[in-house]
Amino acid sequence: MKRKSMEEYFFKILMVVSILIVLGGILSVIFTVVLKGVSALSLSMLIESPHGGYYLGGGGGILNAILGSLYLACGAIILSITLSLPVAMSLHQSTMKSRYVEYIRTSLDIACGIPTIIYGAVVFTIMVFIGARSSLFWGMITVAIFILPIMIRSIDEIMLQTPKKIKIAAFALGSTRTEMLSVVVKQSFPGIVTAILLAFGRGIGDAASILFTAGYSDSLPTSLFEPVATLPLAILFQISSPYPVVQQRAYASGLILLVIVLTASIASRVLSKKFMKYVVK
Amino acid sequence: MERGSLDRWSIRFMSIIAFLTSLIAIIIAIVLMWKSFPLLQISTIQEIVLGSIWQPLAGGFGFFPFIMGTIWVTLLAMGIAIPLGLFSAIFLAEYSPGHIRESIKPLIDLLAGIPSVLFGLWGILVIVPWVRDTIAPMWGVSTTGYCVLTGGIVLSIMVLPLIISLSDELFRTVPLDIKKASLALGATKWQTVKYVLFRKTYPGLLAAIILGFSRAFGETMAVLMVVGNVAKVPTSVFDPAYPLTALIANNYGEMLSIPLFDSAIMMAALILFIIVVIFNILSKLLLIRIQKAV
Amino acid sequence: MDPLKDDPYFDIRNFSLSINKSKILKNITVKIPQNRITVIIGPSGCGKSTLLNSMNRLIDLSEDLETSGSILLKGYDIFDPMVDITELRRKVGSISQTPNPLPMSIFDNVAYGLKIHGIQDKAITMSTVESCLNKVGLWEEVKMRLDAPASTLSIGQQQRLCIARALAVEPEALLCDEATSALDPISAHQIESELLLLKNNYTIVFVTHILRQAKRLADYVVFVYLGEIVEYGPADTFFTEPKDPRTKAYIEGTFG
Repeated sequence: MKRKSMEEYFFKILMVVSILIVLGGILSVIFTVVLKGVSALSLSMLIESPHGGYYLGGGGGILNAILGSLYLACGAIILSITLSLPVAMSLHQSTMKSRYVEYIRTSLDIACGIPTIIYGAVVFTIMVFIGARSSLFWGMITVAIFILPIMIRSIDEIMLQTPKKIKIAAFALGSTRTEMLSVVVKQSFPGIVTAILLAFGRGIGDAASILFTAGYSDSLPTSLFEPVATLPLAILFQISSPYPVVQQRAYASGLILLVIVLTASIASRVLSKKFMKYVVK
Repeated sequence: MERGSLDRWSIRFMSIIAFLTSLIAIIIAIVLMWKSFPLLQISTIQEIVLGSIWQPLAGGFGFFPFIMGTIWVTLLAMGIAIPLGLFSAIFLAEYSPGHIRESIKPLIDLLAGIPSVLFGLWGILVIVPWVRDTIAPMWGVSTTGYCVLTGGIVLSIMVLPLIISLSDELFRTVPLDIKKASLALGATKWQTVKYVLFRKTYPGLLAAIILGFSRAFGETMAVLMVVGNVAKVPTSVFDPAYPLTALIANNYGEMLSIPLFDSAIMMAALILFIIVVIFNILSKLLLIRIQKAV
Repeated sequence: MDPLKDDPYFDIRNFSLSINKSKILKNITVKIPQNRITVIIGPSGCGKSTLLNSMNRLIDLSEDLETSGSILLKGYDIFDPMVDITELRRKVGSISQTPNPLPMSIFDNVAYGLKIHGIQDKAITMSTVESCLNKVGLWEEVKMRLDAPASTLSIGQQQRLCIARALAVEPEALLCDEATSALDPISAHQIESELLLLKNNYTIVFVTHILRQAKRLADYVVFVYLGEIVEYGPADTFFTEPKDPRTKAYIEGTFG
């Protein structure tokens, strides 16, 4: 008898300790970036480009990277959503199970699992092969490609939750498959918004994919076909600098990135609630 | 019939794009193989995978140190993340009152969304000094702090949200009736977990863990920033390591100037690709078996 | 029997159907008269709904479908490959057992059919929506909140909305699959009254397992058992002088 309750007590402690360690870790990561970042954050970091010698301790900011990342991520998301939505819809055109649809889902799942560094490496290989230079354009393409399977499957999962009766209702009224699918999209809309915003968060924070495809630049992004600075790489370069002043700025840059990602996450929750109005439970 | 032909064309269009996107993984495999092929002309697979000599300028392309680097860091990370993750998930699914669960879950989702460079920053600021100044001296070892242990710790916290959320979902699929039956027979909550919950969910947990491994193998930035990047097989957790991902990320710049170097880097990418895809497929197969059994 | 002899709406001849290799309907031959309520009765699981769903080819959505024989709608085989299914389903509306509002406002639900069948004119849409909601007695209840999500209506209101939605595209027939089973008695009664009014202008086929409902509604009755038609005929003689012993047993409640 006693052994049972001792065992229970022991494992309960283990569980609480585990969750505390996990929570401690989460809070540690967030607070480190926030606290260290805030102390190094200044207005000029946000509104100026790096001056000459910025990485040696000189003045300026990372506006180039902030804008670069925002343009890149937005462009990638726009490219991706124009393809993800039709693909996700095509997986739902029938009410029947289909082996072909399962094949597509499986290949997309595999693509989701491929590390982003490999996406970067492959796109870079193609770029070298056709003689292209790294630029905002190629950065957008790389991010769009790795985000694509993720976004398709997220939207697909949302659509899987559509009650079958809605599809039947649409068909019974004489809808074509495409018309039925637009009803499914209406029903899935809050989930689609969430998928887009979360994909934005992933895309803007990823460094491995754009390491060699987007290049880097100290000037503000002006052209699609010029190398562009990005926040993750700005952080990487600043933390690698031997000058402590510059290293501190890496944390400030990290804070900026964190704020952007958190904003996207919060926006996804808020917006998806707003769009829940007409969704049938 | 305009409506009808519009429908047919749009379905056709969507299906074609769907087919093309399904080729992404295959195209990546083809490009990797095509680029790494030249390396096989001068080296056998055995030399590549098991050779320890990494001197690109001299034509020595042994990937063993990098493969071992990846394995060491990943095993350590999973060794930390699996117990922590499972116990946390059990806590969330079975033991925690609703409001605690509701406040913790968003934090875990938050963790999942944090970019890997930020974990790298945290690793440099918090974990590296901790390992260097506190943990290593405890074992009488001296290290820079940029080592397997640091990489493993940072990587584990990155994989934790995946393990926790997948396991938690799995635990919640177990019907209440079964748990009630166990408790009604006089079992404690933990005994119910041990004998009922785990038995019902262990294939899914295994699939989740395999997926976690796959994620860990492919993580690049955070690990690169804290693991030391020295091309030698690690002999202890306090040694630096050079995982495959870091190798690829660090060497793109010089890739084109040294002969066969680009093939070598792409070979590293191919090895990584194969490992990750195998693990992903294993996980999927397990999940299919589970669904069949249901 | 006259309406059956001249010009039935549906003329079903030797129609058989199987799904996933199992035969569900066997050699169904029956005529469904125009502008009457034909009730299909029978125990659960015997093919009533399958037969109903064949009449607007919603059955096409099933796995591994095989059919033989024909269903003629005013002389034209609806299974002919040249048939425009969307037009068929416009002509033959259907109401399910549980209401299935679309994820839109009340107004948009009713207007949906108009939209997909090409009617863009706002004035026409407005007046059609109003008249259809009137026909089902919903207009007064919802006219102040046409923008509200359809899912905020009560189940009884939702079902009436579904009928209004089906009426909006000006069908010729309405297929009702146990359309009142999920509703409270008052809503069920409302819908039955509406159907009795509608039958003058629409061919109504109503599936039910409630004999009393069948007696209330039917002009003609079709008894389906184990995928076959056992008996069919006008309601008055059907219930009082059933010809087949199985029919007699079912009506008396001996089985089903």
